[in-house]
Amino acid sequence: MSGPLQDWKSQRKPFAAVASVPVFWLSLFFIAPMTIVWLYSFGQNVGPADIDISGTLDNYKRATEWLYLSIFLKSLAVAALTTLICLIIGFPVAMAITFAAPKWRPWLLLGIMLPFWTNLLIRTYALMALMGTNGYMNKGLGGLWEGASWLRTLVGMQPLDAWTPVQLLYNNFAVVLGLVYVHLPFMVLPLYSALDRLDKSLIEASLDLGAGHFKTFMQVVVPLAAPGIVAGVMITLIPALGAYLTPDLMGGTDSQMIANVIERQFKRANDWPFGAALSFLLIYAMFILIALQSMRSNKVKEAR
Amino acid sequence: MTETNQPIIQIRNVSKRFGKVTAVDNISLDIRAGEFFVLLGPSGCGKTTLLRMIAGFELPTEGQILIDGQDMSLVPPNKRPVNMVFQSYAVFPHMNVTDNVGYGLRISGVPKSEIRERVAEALELVKLGGFEDRMPDQMSGGQRQRVALARSLVMRPKVLLLDEPLSALDAKLRAQMQFELADLQDKVGITFVTVTHDQDEALSMASRVAVINKGEVAQLAPPSDLYEYPANRFVADFVGSVNIFEGTLTLDEPDKAAVDCPGLGKVYLNHGVTGPHGANVWIALRPEKIYLHVPGKGKAVRAAAQDAPDGHNFARGTIKGMSYLGDITLYEIQLEGGQIIRVSRPNLSRHDQEDFTWDDKVSMHWRADSPVVLLS
Repeated sequence: MSGPLQDWKSQRKPFAAVASVPVFWLSLFFIAPMTIVWLYSFGQNVGPADIDISGTLDNYKRATEWLYLSIFLKSLAVAALTTLICLIIGFPVAMAITFAAPKWRPWLLLGIMLPFWTNLLIRTYALMALMGTNGYMNKGLGGLWEGASWLRTLVGMQPLDAWTPVQLLYNNFAVVLGLVYVHLPFMVLPLYSALDRLDKSLIEASLDLGAGHFKTFMQVVVPLAAPGIVAGVMITLIPALGAYLTPDLMGGTDSQMIANVIERQFKRANDWPFGAALSFLLIYAMFILIALQSMRSNKVKEAR
Repeated sequence: MTETNQPIIQIRNVSKRFGKVTAVDNISLDIRAGEFFVLLGPSGCGKTTLLRMIAGFELPTEGQILIDGQDMSLVPPNKRPVNMVFQSYAVFPHMNVTDNVGYGLRISGVPKSEIRERVAEALELVKLGGFEDRMPDQMSGGQRQRVALARSLVMRPKVLLLDEPLSALDAKLRAQMQFELADLQDKVGITFVTVTHDQDEALSMASRVAVINKGEVAQLAPPSDLYEYPANRFVADFVGSVNIFEGTLTLDEPDKAAVDCPGLGKVYLNHGVTGPHGANVWIALRPEKIYLHVPGKGKAVRAAAQDAPDGHNFARGTIKGMSYLGDITLYEIQLEGGQIIRVSRPNLSRHDQEDFTWDDKVSMHWRADSPVVLLS
């Protein structure tokens, strides 16, 4: 059974040959630049383009000031809300795909993945066109409003006041909606893969033993889909936490997230050391999330 | 036995169609309270669909199913007085044995102390005492099946439905479970309805068997009737192994009959057939009901056998194939007319299998009441 590369310990040379290219690639283009940015976070500006890595912790001290910490916490809240909404919308969608006729499943999955084939910027602008004061959402709502107004005149009541477009864009609502829109596929796919593996006769067994659909869902489907839920939450929460484009384009002045603040440090403020410190605080937060998750899944394994 | 004649399940003109495919075609049958009922048939014959309709996972396209006199048309699976043991067992992988078995009782709000009692009792019944805290992935297939059994029995259903209960077990365990299931059914007195494609399983466990073919009941009878008095060629061939010869009914009187088979010669029976004279019929003859011997040796068979309707039937052939199975040896014998007949012979002594070998000329005879005449 132990062919080549079955076990890297007994096949060191071929393994090294295969592994060297990706290791080289990762070191050169990921680890090295990240290390440089990490070192910057302990430095200070000494000229327009010169950074002195003096080992100072001033950047971190400033990054943990309330001004920045509050934006950080707000980003976390926005990301958590986005994840929760994605979970609530995504679970029925994933279940629907799982229970759809087999010939429909690939098409439904394609429908979920189709947005990935379009650039995020284009998708965001398209959504903005939809939500603008002159967008289709407002036009649709306006049409309904006018319809209601006309109905009132039919029964002899005063018509409603003229429709004033609702401000849908450039606020926190728009940011969450945009983030949900962008991240929904990330939630649906792991949920689908977990639900697809679930033996359908377990659901039937639960019904057979007297449980209704809701009890079956809570007692059987959710616990067995837990790995998919955790994966979906992680894979949605982490990119949502670092979201940049959506709050930048769709948010208002009060809805900036931590990534927008970081971008400003690197560009307009030209304060790379401080930007680096903020970036690494974000990375540390993500590390903690991932560590918590893997500790939890280890515990589950041990409990078995 | 708590068997009575009152039907616990009445299936009335039930049909089930999936699109253009008819899975169950106008089946009507009654299942009596307390019996061990088996639905037997080849895969795709509709037997599992019928079971799932009783459980409520499928709804009949036409007809109705009554359980204990109540129409089940509008009753969802979780409200039916039946429980099912699934082919895959469907034991909840995230619960230990106790939680699995107690699931249904917890759902229906039975007090904790009673749950504990009934779960312990059910585990004892399926011989799983001491496994209370095991997780399903630490158990063998046979043990998981016992969990599934206990989980259903603990609900005290009126009917226990079992979907291919033994198909995933190895041969030894299967034979043992056949006895245990029959024993268990006797002990708890609940009506069992089992689906299987395995005729041995059906014959050994059932009080009555419904053989299903292409969505219809081919025959409904106790196991021994099914084997000894098959109603048609399908049942004769599906239940056990059989030789079938086509022929013409040439003599049909109350106490004797004769069928002229081109492949086998004239076959005499010591009973009437009540078929139309000259009708096209089939003779079914089980391999173990044919005696084999070397011409001129062994027991003398009356030479006039062929002319005596109350004596043995007689044929000659050449051994073309042999298969030694330990307890019996199977022979494939080419008749003088060229057709092949299968004969099995018990190895009553250690050297019986050496009596015959390939290309031996042999004589065969069988009793006049051994062949079955089939009209369809």
